[in-house]
Amino acid sequence: MKDLKNPVETEKQEWRKRQNQQRLKTGLTIFSPVFLLLIWEILSRSGLIDARFFPPPTAIVSTFIELLTSGQLFHHINISLFRIFAGFLLGVIPGIILGLCMGLYAPIRHFLSPLIMALMPIPTLALLPIILIIFGIGEVSKVVTIAGSVFFPVVINTVAGVISIDSIYLDVAKNYGASRRDFFLKIALPGSLPVMLEGIQMGQAIALLTIVAAEMMGARSGIGYLIWTSYSAFLLKEMFVGLILISFFGYIFSLLLRWLQRKLIPWR
Amino acid sequence: MNPKSKISIHELTKVFYKKHNSVTALENISIDIEEGEFVCLVGPSGCGKTTLLRIVAGLENQSSGGFRIQKSSMDRPNQSMVFQERGILPWLTVAENAAFGLNMRHLPKAQVKERTDYFLNKVGLTKFAHMYPKELSGGMKQRVSIARAFANDPEILLMDEPFGALDEQNRHILQEELLSIWAETKKTVLFITHSIDEALYLSDRVLLMSAQPGKITAEIKIDLPRPRKLEDIRSNPEMADVFLSIWQHLQTEVQGSRL
Repeated sequence: MKDLKNPVETEKQEWRKRQNQQRLKTGLTIFSPVFLLLIWEILSRSGLIDARFFPPPTAIVSTFIELLTSGQLFHHINISLFRIFAGFLLGVIPGIILGLCMGLYAPIRHFLSPLIMALMPIPTLALLPIILIIFGIGEVSKVVTIAGSVFFPVVINTVAGVISIDSIYLDVAKNYGASRRDFFLKIALPGSLPVMLEGIQMGQAIALLTIVAAEMMGARSGIGYLIWTSYSAFLLKEMFVGLILISFFGYIFSLLLRWLQRKLIPWR
Repeated sequence: MNPKSKISIHELTKVFYKKHNSVTALENISIDIEEGEFVCLVGPSGCGKTTLLRIVAGLENQSSGGFRIQKSSMDRPNQSMVFQERGILPWLTVAENAAFGLNMRHLPKAQVKERTDYFLNKVGLTKFAHMYPKELSGGMKQRVSIARAFANDPEILLMDEPFGALDEQNRHILQEELLSIWAETKKTVLFITHSIDEALYLSDRVLLMSAQPGKITAEIKIDLPRPRKLEDIRSNPEMADVFLSIWQHLQTEVQGSRL
């Protein structure tokens, strides 16, 4: 049998233990990227890995500052962000509208879903040649490429969101005499929102993948272009700056979307 | 069909048809309910009582026969339903949920607010008006559902085991609240339950149903003065007999369906 101790004291110690464990977890999360950068720096400086291919992080940072102060980085960032936002909106808005219609009206769903299922597996990048033929080599073709890749996850998730709405909510709407319009706006839209936003989250990740690849293939500006031309000219520090930018924007976008999610679905 | 009754259901039949196989869920149901009457429909699960209610609620169509709800005013909706648990919309606040029926009818804002506030106050949820359902207990959710139905001011109220998921204490509190609002508004109520206690406590009349095919097999008048007390019903020997006979009816029904 255990020693008889003060029960509050026992629980207090348990609580302290849990607090310490929590602190350890936070520490580990912060520590891992710092640790990686440190190892990289040491290996690169000491010549254990080839500094021409893997320049030390501190050198990358100073290149980043140079590019930033010379102003050419802003140009690339601006154009990429414009393409992402324009393409994102052009993909998300029709995706939501079509997804709601497909979810609500079975004939539309049955008519369109084979087309969507057939087109979805084709990477939009593989369609880039066709997009270039139709929309030319200007900005429109990049925006359309992004839109195309964002569109599919949004449509599919919106349809799934509408279908997953508990049938009792449909009964409530019907019993209380909801009009078609009210049904669309008060039941289908909010009911499908959580699943729809997951699709938008996915779309955002795909948009970032697509923009880099599209800019590598057919552009004269943008972060993807910066990465590709720097690599071609063996300016690897500049290339790493491009890679870090992509990682940074990916993180910012997902934070933004998570914030939006909290604002749009406060009932969750 | 009695022309004076508030709800008359006449020889209503519902058949569910699947390939090579049909099930008669309701057979020749005829019920007349008076204005202001509180009627409970009691039967074993699967006897079709929910189907009957859904037909009257306009959520399903009957196969033959019909029903009529007598209109007293053109501005009033025919019926409003209090659903089982989960019947309130999670993306609307308590106040928005209670106002749902009125908003769907696009009534003036001031009127919507006045009526919603009144009934939220009746069910004691004024303080919670701006909360979302996820923050509410099961009993509070059903109060919202009740407020929504009464605020809509329908000709008749339909209730589909609204307290089925609640614990005994909460269930009784809600039954009391329901009776007090009902006494004030004098609505005609058709209430489904499988709890005999609940039926005896609430209703003017109990209709017993049997399963497969669903039929009304007996009708019992509960002539107890109102307001009622649960204790009085429990200690009333006459009610004990009624309880027993309903109990035996349900037992044989359930036994029969197991064979």
